Amino acid sequence: MVIRERGQRQVFCGLAGIVWLHRKIQDAFFLVVGSRTCAHLLQSAAGVMIFAEPRFATAILQERDLAGLADCNQELDRVAAEILERRPDIKTLFLVGSCPSEVIKLDLAKAAERLSAAYRGRVRVLDYSASGLETTFTQGEDACLMSLVPELPALADTERSLLVLGTLPDVVEDQFQRLFAELGIGPVHFLPPRRASEFPPVGRGTRLLLAQPFLGETARALQGRGATLLTAPYPFGIEGTLGWLRAAADAWGIASERLEAVTAPAVARAKLSLARQREALAGKRITFLPDSQLEIPIARFLSRECGMELVEVATPFLDRQLMEPELALLPTGVRLTEGQDVDLQLDRVRSDRPDLTVCGLGLANPLESEGLRTKWSIELVFTPVHGFDQAADLAELFARPLARGALLRV
Amino acid sequence: MQLTLWSYEGPPHIGAMRIAASMEGVHLVLHAPQGDTYADLLFTMIERRGQRPPVSYTSFQARELGSDTAELVKSTIQAACDRFAPRVLLIGESCTAELIQDQPGALAQGMGLPIPVLSLELPAYTRKENWGANETFYQLVRGLLKSRVPAPGAERELRKAGARPLANLLGPSALGFRCRDDVVEVTRLLDSLGVDVNVVAPLGASPEDLLRLPEADFNVCLYPELADQTCLWLERMFGQRTVKTVPIGIGATRDFIAEVGRVAGIDVSATKEPIWSRMPWYSRSVDSTYLTGKRVFIFGDATHVVAAARIATEELGFTVVGLGTYAREFAREVREAAKRYGVEPLITDDYLDVEARVAEAHPELVLGTQMERHIAKRLGIPCAVVSAPVHIQDFPARYAPQMGFEGANVIFDTWVHPLMMGLEEHLITMFREDFEFHDGATPSHLGPGARTAHPSQERSLDTGSTAETAAATDENIMAWTSEAEQELKKIPFFVRGKARRNTERFAQERGILTITVETLYDAKAHFGR
Repeated sequence: MVIRERGQRQVFCGLAGIVWLHRKIQDAFFLVVGSRTCAHLLQSAAGVMIFAEPRFATAILQERDLAGLADCNQELDRVAAEILERRPDIKTLFLVGSCPSEVIKLDLAKAAERLSAAYRGRVRVLDYSASGLETTFTQGEDACLMSLVPELPALADTERSLLVLGTLPDVVEDQFQRLFAELGIGPVHFLPPRRASEFPPVGRGTRLLLAQPFLGETARALQGRGATLLTAPYPFGIEGTLGWLRAAADAWGIASERLEAVTAPAVARAKLSLARQREALAGKRITFLPDSQLEIPIARFLSRECGMELVEVATPFLDRQLMEPELALLPTGVRLTEGQDVDLQLDRVRSDRPDLTVCGLGLANPLESEGLRTKWSIELVFTPVHGFDQAADLAELFARPLARGALLRV
Repeated sequence: MQLTLWSYEGPPHIGAMRIAASMEGVHLVLHAPQGDTYADLLFTMIERRGQRPPVSYTSFQARELGSDTAELVKSTIQAACDRFAPRVLLIGESCTAELIQDQPGALAQGMGLPIPVLSLELPAYTRKENWGANETFYQLVRGLLKSRVPAPGAERELRKAGARPLANLLGPSALGFRCRDDVVEVTRLLDSLGVDVNVVAPLGASPEDLLRLPEADFNVCLYPELADQTCLWLERMFGQRTVKTVPIGIGATRDFIAEVGRVAGIDVSATKEPIWSRMPWYSRSVDSTYLTGKRVFIFGDATHVVAAARIATEELGFTVVGLGTYAREFAREVREAAKRYGVEPLITDDYLDVEARVAEAHPELVLGTQMERHIAKRLGIPCAVVSAPVHIQDFPARYAPQMGFEGANVIFDTWVHPLMMGLEEHLITMFREDFEFHDGATPSHLGPGARTAHPSQERSLDTGSTAETAAATDENIMAWTSEAEQELKKIPFFVRGKARRNTERFAQERGILTITVETLYDAKAHFGR
C-alpha cells in the first residue's frame, strides 16, 4: 500500500548528479545549457571546494538566444570550442539539458551529433536531460548513463560478462571486483567507468546487476541491447550484499556453499562491527523524506539489520520492477509514500516525532532547531556505503547524529 | 550564450528570496520548476539558519506543463496564505516560469487576498541577484509607504530639542557579506556619536517596521547594491537625507563619522577613536614594513572593492595592480577609483576575463570573492575574501564585521594572514635549496602542503598565464638561455612571474631575441621594484 502525494517538492533536480559524476568520470566535462539559476545551483553545491580546473560549466542562455536573434547551435559550437581549447585533455563532453533549454525545445541531441562529427577521434559529445521538469536528484545519473548506452561496444554473442551499473566509490568497486574474482565470476565491467574512454561492452551475454536503485531507464536501455537484468536486493548491509552477490552466483551456476565460503570472512567482520552500531540504533524510530530513491533499500537495512522502527519511508519515485525484491523484505504495514507535499509531510514528522529524520539540507537545520534529530540524506550518495565492509559505516552514518545529540551539553 | 564556469551572482529571484528571508511576516511565492528549492540551502546551510526561508515554490514538473500550471500557482498561493498567514505576500517567477508566462502576479491580485500582494518583475535573462534584491526592497518599501507620502511642499518635522537623532540602517540582508556583524558595529558607532537607530531593514524588519521608516531623521545606506533605490525614493518622498559613505576601513569610518555629523547636524569633532581601534598601530609597527608595495588585485562588488582599494593603499601600503567589479550597475564608482590608483578598471561578470586579468597582473595577493579563490589556487597566489559571493566559511560564528573600527581590525588580520611572513620571505630569498622551506612549499604558518598540485602547472604558474605563451607570434619568439632561466628561479616565487614578464617586455622593446642573465639584471635595473 503506497500513498501517492503531489504538491510542493523539496528535492534537487538531476543537475546535482554532476557534483559526483565529474569526479567518477575523470576525463569528462559537463556543460549545462541553461540559465543563471542552473549555474548558481551547481556552484552552491560544489563551489565550497576550490577548483584549479573545474570540470563543469554552464552555457547561460541570454535574451538574444531566447528571442531567436542568436542561432543557438552556432552559440553552442562556439562555447564547446572554447571549453575544448581550454581543456584539451577532455575526452567526453556531456551537453546537459535543463528546464529552460527544454521549455524552449533546444535540440541538444542534434547538437551533440553535430559536435561529435566535428571532433571525431578526439572528443565524444553526448547529451542528456537533467532538468527539474524531468528528473529528481539521482535520476540525473540515470539520464547521464543512459546517454552512454548507445556508445558501448558490442559484446560478441559467444561471450558473457557481468555489468555492474551505478556509480560506486573506487574502494567499493575494488572490493566487489575481488569478490567476483574469487567466486569465478567474470569478466566484470562497471558503468560508469573511471574514464569515459574505457567503455564496457554489452550484448546478449551481459548479465546486469544494479548497484543503485535509481537507474531504471539505463537498465531498460541495456536490456534493449540484449542484457539480462538480474533480480536482486541492493548491496546495502550483509543481507542485501549477500542477496546481490547470490544473483550473480546463480547466473554463473555457482553453488551456494561456495558463495558462503568466499563471503564468510567479510560477513563475520561485518557482523562484528554492525553489532556495535546496532546498540545505538535498535528500537529507534526513523522517517525518510524523499530524496534519492535509496530510501527503501536503506530503510530495509536499518530495520532488519539494525533493529530500527520505520515510521514513514518516502521516495521521490518508486520503480516497482526494480524495487520488488526490496519491498518483499520490508516489514509489513510500513507507511510508504511516493512523491511529496512538503508542508503536509512536515506536519506528519512533527506529530510522529521520530528519533531520526532523513532529509535534505533545506530541511535539516530547521528540523534540528525544532528539537528533532536529522540525518542529511545527500551524504548517502557521497559516502562508501555499499558492500559488507561498509555495512557498519552505513549504520554509523545514522548512529552519529544520535550519538552527537546525546554528547552535546551546549 | 555565455560560457560560465563560476557566476558571481545568482538569478534575480534569489535577490527577492534574500529580502523575504531577511524579514518577518513576509512570504514569497515563487513560480518555479521542481529543483529550484536548492536555494533554501543557501539560507539553511551557508548561512546556517534554523528556519526554512519564507518561500513556497510551485515546483511544477513536465507532466504539469500540459495542464494548468496557472491553477497550481493559485493553489500554492492559497496554501501559503492559509499556513503561514503572512502580512505581506510577494509573488515572483524563476527563469523557467518566465518562459511559460503564467502571470502569477496578476493571478494573485485577482484572488482577493486580505493582505498587500506585490507582484515582482524579475527579468531572469538580463538581470541578476543584487538587482533583484534592490528592486524587491524598493517595491516593498514603496508599496507600503506610498499612501503615506506627505503632500508636496510639506516640511519635515524637526525633532524635539535635546532628542537624539534617529537613523535607519538600510541594506543589510540575509546572505549579505558580514551584514550581521556590520549592523552591530555601525549601531555601536552611531551610539558613540549620540545617534539612535530607528529601523534596520530589510534584515530583521517586519512590514510594520517599514511603515516606521519615515520617523527617522536620515538614512544610512550601508549597502548601495541593495538599498540605493530605496534611499533615493525616501529622500524624494520624505525628505530624509542619505549618509552615503560606507564605513569600511579606518579612513572611510572617519569620513562616515564626519558625514553623520553633517547630515544629523551634530558636533562630532570631539569623537575619539575607541581603544579597540588597533589597526592603525598594527599597520605602522615595523613588522608590517615588508607589506609595503605588495602588489594586490581586487575584485568583488563595487562597495567592497572601492573600500578595499582605499584600505590597501592608504592603510596597508600595498600597491593596487588591478581593480574590478561584477556589478555593472555600480561600474562608475569603480572606474573613478581605478583612475585614482592608475589602473585599468575591469567591469565584467565573466569569470574567465577576471582569471586572464589576474594572470596578467601577477599580483602577490588577490582580494576577491569565493570565485577568485579558484583563480588564486590555479595560479598559486595568496588570496583573501572581501566580498560576496562567499561560502559557508565566510559566515563565521565569531564577531567578524568589515565596518567600523573592529571591522578594520578583522580586515588587517584577514588580509595579512595568507601572505608569507617576513622572516620566511627573507630566508627563502637568501637560501634557495632548503629541503623544507622552498618555493614550492606553502608558507609554513599555513600548514603542510605544496603550493602546486600539478607539476604540469609549474610553467603556467611561473609565467602566470597560458594566454601569454599562446599569444607569442612567429616574429617575436624569445628564448631564455638556460642560465637565465636558472637565475630567474632564484627570484622568490611570488614576484617571479612579474620579473619574467618585465624582462620579456624589456627585451621585446629592444629587439633582444635571446634573454641572458645580463638581460634579466638590465631589466631589473630598468624597472626597479
